[in-house]
Amino acid sequence: MQAPAGTLYRGREGMWSWVAHRVTGVLIFFFLFAHVLDTALVRVSPDSYNRIMDTYKTPLVNLMEVGLVGAVLFHALNGLRVMAIDFWEKGTRYQKQMTWVVLAVFVPVMVGATYRMVSHTFAQLFGSAS
Amino acid sequence: MTTIGVSADAPSRPVIEAPRSRRPSARRTGTNFEMYAWIFMRMSGLLLVFLVLGHLFIMLLLDDGVQRINFGFVAGRWASPFWRTWDLAQLWLAQLHGTNGLRVIINDYAERDGTRFWLKMLLYTSSFLVLLLGTLVIFTFDPEISG
Ligand code: HEM
Ligand code: HEM
Repeated sequence: MQAPAGTLYRGREGMWSWVAHRVTGVLIFFFLFAHVLDTALVRVSPDSYNRIMDTYKTPLVNLMEVGLVGAVLFHALNGLRVMAIDFWEKGTRYQKQMTWVVLAVFVPVMVGATYRMVSHTFAQLFGSAS
Repeated sequence: MTTIGVSADAPSRPVIEAPRSRRPSARRTGTNFEMYAWIFMRMSGLLLVFLVLGHLFIMLLLDDGVQRINFGFVAGRWASPFWRTWDLAQLWLAQLHGTNGLRVIINDYAERDGTRFWLKMLLYTSSFLVLLLGTLVIFTFDPEISG
């Protein structure tokens, strides 16, 4: 197998979190491209902006928003870990533990955020209990 | 001038370099561009933690989340210079941070010089247009627009 033309990072540990950091970064970048375009519709007419925002409120896109929040949250937390490795003198020694801290923060925050984000969709799809 | 992955004494035989050996720089410009880019990624990242996570919290978790967003909602927010400044900073920092991130990724994976060049041209052109459009939208926003 041929190696890619000179990757900047070679390593064993932390390789998977590096891959995830890269994938989430690219994902957010492409979202931002679409997002600036959809926000620009406020300069066209209130109606066209409202129409694009209505798609954000549909169940399927709602689910993709959960994914986007997951991508941003992971990228942010792992980015802080990368900075700690770079700037904190004990950073390299604790990089593995910090990976677990990232996950320990990520999971409960995502559970809470997901609950809030999909509860409306749930009520819409299956009828609100109250 | 050495070629990556090819031994100098036996040019046809690919070698595996020692772990963490310095990557031969593709070009030597004499400036510290890569170092400034490295620092920028960290400084912008730190600010983006507050800006983007705050933005997502307001847009998706507060009150009725995404369900309450419409033209009137944006008009209400952009009536305040605080949120216009927030969005402008978020636009520039996220777009530049993401563009530099993609530049690094293109350098990593695009093997042919031509491919690399054109991918980066596409990246820089689209980034420029996104920054221009996003900035104009914030500065020229008109709550009374009729459409
Ligand atoms: C699905 C999640 C998101 C929703 C519902 C959302 C919603 C909005 C809304 C309503 C605006 C209009 C201005 C305002 O009210 O402040 C806006 C603007 C903006 N958002 Fe988001 N946003 C989301 C995710 C993101 C993410 C992840 C980023 C950063 C990577 C981002 C970056 C921006 C920027 C830069 C602007 C200003 C656009 C411009 O200059 O025209 N947004 N967003
Ligand atoms: C939320 C706060 C953020 C933090 C703390 C953060 C942190 C970082 C850091 C420290 C790096 C450098 C990694 C390295 O040199 O190894 C990086 C890379 C990157 N970031 Fe972010 N970032 C954030 C938001 C964003 C946003 C909004 C985008 C998209 C517009 C983005 C896209 C990227 C990309 C594409 C890379 C390159 C990944 C790579 O080379 O593997 N980041 N980020």
